[in-house]
Amino acid sequence: MKRALAALPILTALVLGAFFLWGLNPDRDPAAIPSVLIAQPAPAFDLPAVDGVGVPGLARSNLTDNPEPVVINVFASWCVPCRAEHAVLTRMVERDGITLFGINYKDKPEDARVWLEKLGNPYRRIGSDLDGRAGIEWGTSGVPETFIVAGDGTVLFRYVGPIVGAEAEQKFALALAQARATERPGS
Amino acid sequence: MMRRMILTVVLLAVLPFAALAVEPDEMLSDPALEARAREVSKELRCVVCQNQDIDSSNAGVARDLRILVRERLIAGDTNEAVLTYIRARYGDYVLMKPPFKPETYVLWLAPIALILIGAGVVFVVLSNGNRRRIAAPLSAKEEQEVTDLLAQNDRTLP
Repeated sequence: MKRALAALPILTALVLGAFFLWGLNPDRDPAAIPSVLIAQPAPAFDLPAVDGVGVPGLARSNLTDNPEPVVINVFASWCVPCRAEHAVLTRMVERDGITLFGINYKDKPEDARVWLEKLGNPYRRIGSDLDGRAGIEWGTSGVPETFIVAGDGTVLFRYVGPIVGAEAEQKFALALAQARATERPGS
Repeated sequence: MMRRMILTVVLLAVLPFAALAVEPDEMLSDPALEARAREVSKELRCVVCQNQDIDSSNAGVARDLRILVRERLIAGDTNEAVLTYIRARYGDYVLMKPPFKPETYVLWLAPIALILIGAGVVFVVLSNGNRRRIAAPLSAKEEQEVTDLLAQNDRTLP
């Protein structure tokens, strides 16, 4: 009994130490909120097109019948990281041939139009989410956020923040490759 | 000096209002419904500001959620239904008070377990100490030895 008690401080130190090691890990993002959408069907939403951009709006019905996974990017012209991410998304569309849909979050249509005219429009569809309600349906906490949705409308992956930098791009590319692999088994 | 005092007075005057994030245009005209909205809002965490409820947060998302809460209440939802609605979109994280379920057993039970362990350790240590202090009385033989030793001591000392 006494022996066991003597080991208690060491045991406590070990348990606490392990906890601190986990808590202080610089790779752990304490602000990360696990998404409840993963492996769930995409939420219901129906957004009109952004005036003057020339691509149609975005609704849930556009997500349920695609031949391969699609990428949905929540963006805004007022969001500075989105500008950096825009180049990455454009490259993914041009190089990897992904289908990219956009949700224009709480943005003035006019600002969004100018922004896309200047930077180019990689989006096949853009829904205008003026009041941020679709953002809530998707459980977003801000912009940018990017989702990978399977062809049948199942949400597979969520990335919070801009996909900029080697690490982020790698993480996203891996998720996309996995999504594509599961979508086309055997090919 | 004067300026500092004015600043202090202004800050003190503003302080009671600092926590009021609910803007007048969000408020409902029905006071009962508004009171319920405030109640529900205090249960919901602002998703961008870590440990603040949406009722006291000035973040944009918090405002959107406050408006959503009020809309749901007007639509006839109960408080519970509103919480369920938002939880379906943001997960358990959005609740200020996490639900009691297998994933959160550690969270809820750890404090109780730690108190029990602590109490156990204190009990064991104290009872050990007590046992040591209440020594058995000396036997007649031991008593004799002590007397002999003391007598011997008296003799050797000058």
